[in-house]
Amino acid sequence: MNKMPETHYLNATKGIKSWLTTVDHKRIGILYLFSIMFFFFIGGMFAILLRLELLTPSELYIDSDTYNQFFTLHGAIMIFLFIIPAIPAILGNFVLPIMIGAKDVAFPRLNLASWYIYMFGSMFAVFSLVSGGVDTGWTFYTPYSTTTSTSVISMTLGAFILGFSSIFTGLNFIVTVHKLRSPGMTWFKMPLFAWGMYATALIQVLATPILGITLLLLIIERTVGIGIFDPAMGGDPVLYQHFFWFYSHPAVYIMILPGMAIISELITAHSHKKIFGYTAIAYSSLGIAFASFIVWGHHMFTSGQSELAAMIFSFLTFFVAIPSGIKVFNWIATLYKGSIAWTTPMLYTLAFLFLFSIGGLTGIFLGALSVDIHLHDTYFIVAHFHYVMVGGTVIAFLGGLHHWWPKMWGRMYNETQAKIACGLIFVGFNMTFFTQFIMGAKGMPRRYHLYDDVYRPFHAFSTYGSWVMAIGFFLMAYYLFRSLYVGKPAGDNPWGALTHEWSITSPPPEHNFESIPITEHGPYDYDKVVAKSTFTEK
Amino acid sequence: MTDNTQTNEPHVLPLSIYLGVGSILIFLTAVTVYAASFNFGEFNLLIAMLIATVKASLVAMYFMHLKYDNKLYLLLFLSAIVFLGIFIVITMFDTLRRGDIYEIKAGAIRDAVIYDSLHITPDAHALEDSLSISTDTTEIVIDTTK
Amino acid sequence: MSQSHTNQPAFMQHHFSDAEQQRESAKLGMWLFLLTEILLFGGLFVFYAIYRAWHPEMFHNAHKVLDVTMGATNTIVLITSSITMALSIRSIQLNKIKQTIWFLVTTLLLAGTFMVIKYFEYEHKIHLGQLPGHYYTYTGVEGTNQHVFFSAYFLMTGLHGIHVFVGMCLIGWLIFKTKAGMFSSQYYTHIEMTGLYWHLVDLIWIFLFPLFYLIG
Repeated sequence: MNKMPETHYLNATKGIKSWLTTVDHKRIGILYLFSIMFFFFIGGMFAILLRLELLTPSELYIDSDTYNQFFTLHGAIMIFLFIIPAIPAILGNFVLPIMIGAKDVAFPRLNLASWYIYMFGSMFAVFSLVSGGVDTGWTFYTPYSTTTSTSVISMTLGAFILGFSSIFTGLNFIVTVHKLRSPGMTWFKMPLFAWGMYATALIQVLATPILGITLLLLIIERTVGIGIFDPAMGGDPVLYQHFFWFYSHPAVYIMILPGMAIISELITAHSHKKIFGYTAIAYSSLGIAFASFIVWGHHMFTSGQSELAAMIFSFLTFFVAIPSGIKVFNWIATLYKGSIAWTTPMLYTLAFLFLFSIGGLTGIFLGALSVDIHLHDTYFIVAHFHYVMVGGTVIAFLGGLHHWWPKMWGRMYNETQAKIACGLIFVGFNMTFFTQFIMGAKGMPRRYHLYDDVYRPFHAFSTYGSWVMAIGFFLMAYYLFRSLYVGKPAGDNPWGALTHEWSITSPPPEHNFESIPITEHGPYDYDKVVAKSTFTEK
Repeated sequence: MTDNTQTNEPHVLPLSIYLGVGSILIFLTAVTVYAASFNFGEFNLLIAMLIATVKASLVAMYFMHLKYDNKLYLLLFLSAIVFLGIFIVITMFDTLRRGDIYEIKAGAIRDAVIYDSLHITPDAHALEDSLSISTDTTEIVIDTTK
Repeated sequence: MSQSHTNQPAFMQHHFSDAEQQRESAKLGMWLFLLTEILLFGGLFVFYAIYRAWHPEMFHNAHKVLDVTMGATNTIVLITSSITMALSIRSIQLNKIKQTIWFLVTTLLLAGTFMVIKYFEYEHKIHLGQLPGHYYTYTGVEGTNQHVFFSAYFLMTGLHGIHVFVGMCLIGWLIFKTKAGMFSSQYYTHIEMTGLYWHLVDLIWIFLFPLFYLIG
């Protein structure tokens, strides 16, 4: 039976104040965990309410204006408050410095500041929620966003502020990876999670300022009418879309790259096999980061942008598939002849491979100009990005959370319940969203409150799926909270993994390492080094 | 700093470099103002931007020590410019090419509503200027009936 | 923590292994921040470029209302302040504290001059109604959508002005702290970082000046 260490980062100092003024990257990760999961819950509630309303073709319990506000809030909260910060701010903060053998991130105070900025920005979002909501969709397209009477300004201001939080996290990670790697930790001995975080951080730093200026311009356009986006003032609404997607397309990769980073860790740790194609995966992260900047116009094929631009964007879009494909093939090759452990993180990893492949491949359909004209603004799009965002990022995030949970708290959750929850989420997710592919291909437009009766069975099935998924999430919340109190101590290395974080106690000591560790073996040298698992169910 | 990154001794540039670069910057400001008094047509923009770029490079290289520092900083600095370039160029593939294939039926860019109250009627020349995007390109409209 | 903790200077933070690592980290962080600044301004440059390409005549006509003399003076003022800022870093590298303070004060005064000149320019334009968007009431510029030029002008010079103001606050703080003996040739990261920021502000103005005042 394992024992919990006597002092660790959780009990080194006590009291609310010690948490609110902490500069420890692990504690900041935990602060982010609770605040981000709170917004995940809110965003999820909106999703459930939306699906419930769509159970019937006519109005069930909310009117169309409320419906518009609900899908906007679902989107805006999930994107800006949950999925963009989730993996970097929670798991990245907690794990990245330990993985590369550092005592903290490069700028601990800036790290804490980024959490406060996150909370400050989220207050604006909450304010717009209670002060009449927003009904523009999370994209705030002009000219509607400059004319609607809902509280667009506070929501965009919130997103603007959240952008700074994102920039600071990214900046911190880049410097940490460059300057704080421990002796022996060369670039190509870095765990792939660090590579993924690094590529994500580059996008965060390069793209987020453009979002900042875009939202600022939108706010000024709404108040002063400067004439950049509003056609009534001589502006060009399509230009807004360029500005918006120049950030938001790379932002899609801010969401998915960390997910891929987690999968690279999980797949090797839980199949105890050296990762296949380390360099290819590492470079493909950078490749995705670069490619993400030159394809934004594929969101605008039907917007009235020039045909030349549309063709260029369609052409360039296919290039994004290459690095993503490289990753998927390498992961599958890693599994080959591995000693696969059927742990919860592994189940999530397999779910990821399945769902992300569907999400990614449907993305290629949509990147083809002519196909997109038919599928644009239908449920096909909705299904596609949910397969990537939920099936990819959220599933990877949950896998990572289950993987590092024993490291965070020193305790293990109930594996049986975890597997059931994983199954429920997987089945519920496919019920909800695969139906939407079919519905979309048949022409059901997105964002419609009332719909034709022929789509009724699809919508109803999709709604049932959302309930299955919700049960899975509630079960997960239950066993995770429960594990904090009654979970069995997990020991230092419950998975028998080789990266640095598993060589220290769980939970880790306050300053991670007694002395800066020397990296002796590669992060995935399962063929050379054997690490015994410190945890058994019995 | 230079290659000897291990030491804590700062790399001090001689005073003459700062004063020299400073004088060149002020001289180039005078040159660009002077050059603007001539009309080189299309080259006005090019000349002004060329001088500005030279000035900016001098500031970056000497005042910001990019010439002597870790080349990573130079790379970061240039990557910002490159991404900005991508943004401008690809966006212009749209904004300057609308109506190339299918004619834009409505006017591309109209006058803002505020001018109704200001009682300014845009002169014919200006109107043509604003609509040039669609009028210039009507000749290459593809006849889809064939 | 096991590193030679006791011999380390007061400015060292616990998670760095030596002063050089700390300094290099701060510098990389600053450069990344500058990169975000370039891209933030970059959005406005895109705004300018696209509307200038759409309305070249109007931009040309509108730029004539700007005062080249004031703009050129401001350019020279800002460049000079950049020189003094660079010299203040050189002085602190040589451990000449008095000289450092002197150069910083000069920089601050020049920045103040820039803001005063800017104020007179703005004041004049506000008086004539050469304002962005709905507030545009001027009638002396030919072309379509003249207010867009002034939107770009006020946004870009305004955002730049805010940066100058922030820079002034930072320089003021540096003067205060240098007097208090915080910096020496061993540790002057804050001065160096502020210097980088200040040069970037100058660098952006180097582009704004010809784009608005000279070629419109």
